[in-house]
Amino acid sequence: MGSVDLIDISKTFTLRVGGVPQTVAALDRLSFSVRDGEIVALIGPSGCGKTTALRIAMGLEAASGGTVKVDGVAMTGCGYDRGMVFQHAELLPWLTALENVMFGLEMKGMRGAELRDTAQRYLDLVGLTNSANRRPYQLSGGMQQRVGIARALAIDPKVLLMDEPFGALDAQTRETMQAELIDIHARTKKTILFVTHDLDEAVLLADRVVVMQHGSVQEIMDIPLPRPRGDLEALRGSAPFAETRYRLWRAINATTH
Amino acid sequence: MPRWVITLISLAVLIGAWEFFGRDINPVFGSYPSAIAAAFVELVRSGQLGAALYESLRPFVVGYGLAIIVGVPLGLVIGRFRAVEAALGIYVTAGYAMPLVALVPLLILWLGLGFAVKAAVVFLMSLFPICINTWLGVRAVPKSLIDVGRAFVASDAVILRRIVLPATLPYIMAGIRLAVGRAVVAMVIAEFFTTISGLGAIIINSANNFDTATMFVPIVVLMVLAIGLNSLIGWVERRVAPWQAEIAGRNE
Repeated sequence: MGSVDLIDISKTFTLRVGGVPQTVAALDRLSFSVRDGEIVALIGPSGCGKTTALRIAMGLEAASGGTVKVDGVAMTGCGYDRGMVFQHAELLPWLTALENVMFGLEMKGMRGAELRDTAQRYLDLVGLTNSANRRPYQLSGGMQQRVGIARALAIDPKVLLMDEPFGALDAQTRETMQAELIDIHARTKKTILFVTHDLDEAVLLADRVVVMQHGSVQEIMDIPLPRPRGDLEALRGSAPFAETRYRLWRAINATTH
Repeated sequence: MPRWVITLISLAVLIGAWEFFGRDINPVFGSYPSAIAAAFVELVRSGQLGAALYESLRPFVVGYGLAIIVGVPLGLVIGRFRAVEAALGIYVTAGYAMPLVALVPLLILWLGLGFAVKAAVVFLMSLFPICINTWLGVRAVPKSLIDVGRAFVASDAVILRRIVLPATLPYIMAGIRLAVGRAVVAMVIAEFFTTISGLGAIIINSANNFDTATMFVPIVVLMVLAIGLNSLIGWVERRVAPWQAEIAGRNE
């Protein structure tokens, strides 16, 4: 199981502009749901609050109003039912790849041989079997993000939350990682909610796309591409992909006017 | 050219110039390397230098060591918790600028003239740079790394130990390095103003006898000591925080 409901989420900040406090609404009664096993993309122009929404879903930020539910249970703060993948991986630079994956497991209370074996298994899952003892600065950006994904998956969360996970990678690495994420999803059946600003990525990976503007939902679009998605390269060239991408592009463009 | 070769050449030029021009100066007003070396040999042979060094280093090691033991945790806590920062931050900032020499008479009243007051002076002089650097280091820890700890439901104490402390290590080591210089100065000040003893005593006694060459011996010894300690700390830093040199892109 692993459904996520964001219900009427609001978030306001107080900014001082020229010494005058102003209340800014980052999120305004934002509501959407992610069903068990589904991949949902959160997309929208910069400043629309998509990252804030994800951080609230994770529990890294408190909402000013509203409720986050995981499997129907209201959540406050972070929990092992959700695993977070950060935009720039955010590995701890003094730990090896394996130790970084072990970190989350240790926090969860795992010890001993089981700890090392589990971490190694998740490194294997993301294809880093032979890089376990490298430190982050000895890994490429793509490899770092793989460790980040392994670290989040290792604690066996119900939901994977990803904040522009491939946004900082070059185009080729990004495509490889997208294919791997599809593969990981097929194998683990995890519910995934990810933030992106990349239309192709949203269409290729997601079952549904939540288009946000000014802190609320503008539109929720179904992606009518069959699953398993299989060969992403072939999919990119297909007519349904182009048609869906165009519809999504129009939906997003409508928000900027 | 390797770095140490450049350093050696620099040293040779400086010492050579000092030797060449220093000989023309009245030996009361100045001295030169070969005279200082002769005085050094004499002090070593008489056992005076060894005894003085031992006498000076005891309060130095205790005061400096205590400053690390107290300063690092204090800086960590001040940097991490806003309430502690608000409550204690001003004392640390003020303490760094404290004219410690002026307080030595008071410290003498409290602690007497012996070992304790000397260790206290060294402690107070080296505590603040260590504490402030640690504090600044904690403030510079990327929030995103703290978020990693929070995302995996780590407690404040675990975040402090497993994330903040290692992320702050380069700053801590820089503070410990900065404190070496201050601790050496503090040690000599303490020896001047309390019981005249150790290396400070050699400086004062030889200066009073217009024996300038001998006066320079402890000064040079102290400077060499500081350089040695500095390299030792650098070596320790590369052992405990090897990722830092790699990230910064230079391997000293």
